[in-house]
Amino acid sequence: MRSSLISKRLFIILLAGLMLPAVQVFGESRYVTKNSKAASADSCVAPTDVMRRNHMDFLQHGRDDTVRDGIRGLKYSLSECIECHASRDSNGQGISVTEEGEFCQACHGYVAVNPACFQCHRTTPAESGSGSSYGYRLEAHTHALGMQQPAGRQRD
Amino acid sequence: MSNKSDQPSVERRQFIGGTLAAAGALTLAPGVILHAASDSDDAASGAASKHRWGMLIDSNKCAEGCSACVDACNNEHGLQGHDRPETDAVWIRPVKLKDKQTGHVNRLVMMCQHCEHPPCVDVCPTNASFKRVDGIVLVDRHRCIGCRYCMMACPYKARSFVHEALANQSVNAPRGKGCVESCTLCVHRVDAGEMQTACQEACSKEGHAAILFGDLKDPNSEISRVLKSHNSVQIRADLELNTGVRYLNL
Repeated sequence: MRSSLISKRLFIILLAGLMLPAVQVFGESRYVTKNSKAASADSCVAPTDVMRRNHMDFLQHGRDDTVRDGIRGLKYSLSECIECHASRDSNGQGISVTEEGEFCQACHGYVAVNPACFQCHRTTPAESGSGSSYGYRLEAHTHALGMQQPAGRQRD
Repeated sequence: MSNKSDQPSVERRQFIGGTLAAAGALTLAPGVILHAASDSDDAASGAASKHRWGMLIDSNKCAEGCSACVDACNNEHGLQGHDRPETDAVWIRPVKLKDKQTGHVNRLVMMCQHCEHPPCVDVCPTNASFKRVDGIVLVDRHRCIGCRYCMMACPYKARSFVHEALANQSVNAPRGKGCVESCTLCVHRVDAGEMQTACQEACSKEGHAAILFGDLKDPNSEISRVLKSHNSVQIRADLELNTGVRYLNL
């Protein structure tokens, strides 16, 4: 009887020990980072599980439309990803999404993929200074196109 | 045995349904679909072939010692030099031409001429160099392999190659190591409906107004009116590339 109790306890401790790293990994890498705009949003532009599985396809399809046909303000946009998902430091400065533990890197590191997006694309939100009025222009354009705005950030 | 496959069966079904419906619609009424597509041309946005964007540069107004357009371009697109003039990215550069016999000096800015028949597009092995339907010649960096054939082909020496790894690029112009690049006619502004390039804006602010951007296909645009009333030239017109960038008083 006593030995079975010990083995039960051992088993539970072992189980907890096994669970801990898993919990840590998922706790750190699966969810939006704190201090990002996304942390306060209800959901991404599509349900979270859809985004998790398909974001690369969405971006890959959209990029040709934008670069080659000049269609801007698409529902899926890499600059929007970064705008919303990059966390901000105490000064309100955006932290690169490819830094250790940040939104993009955390998952990509975990699944060992190395996307080429950030060889060319900016990894922090646009500074209000550089490219200045671009944001409002794009917004106006998006409205003109009657395209869908990301959920949780509907304007007017 | 329960099937815990994580295949997106719902999405697949929707996709197949959607494709079948689209195929059916095409077979039943191709005319209607095509008409609808061309009707929504305005709203669905993107580049439209009813425009051809171009630029007119007045050589007389281009001021000595002024680099406002170059600075504005660098700032707009996040171009940073490494103090290596041989290899630093240059999208727009001032050029000074001196007639040795008379001593007359011409100044102008040289950039991608956005040809109707661009040699860079002809030679590109991956279709990375391309001309949009509205006449803007661009590099699709998703396809560029950095072979630099286009740089050899360009008669205007308008293209640059990025030799260094970059960080903190402008949102206006994603760019990176191993790709060729050149003037985009501020395509991000054009797509956002703004009718002024960064260089033109800076040039007007300096009070020179040597650069004029506009729609060559719109007979009422300022650029079309000036082109009609003044004698402009294309550089290397003998190549018959029909450039989108023209020059006055050259």
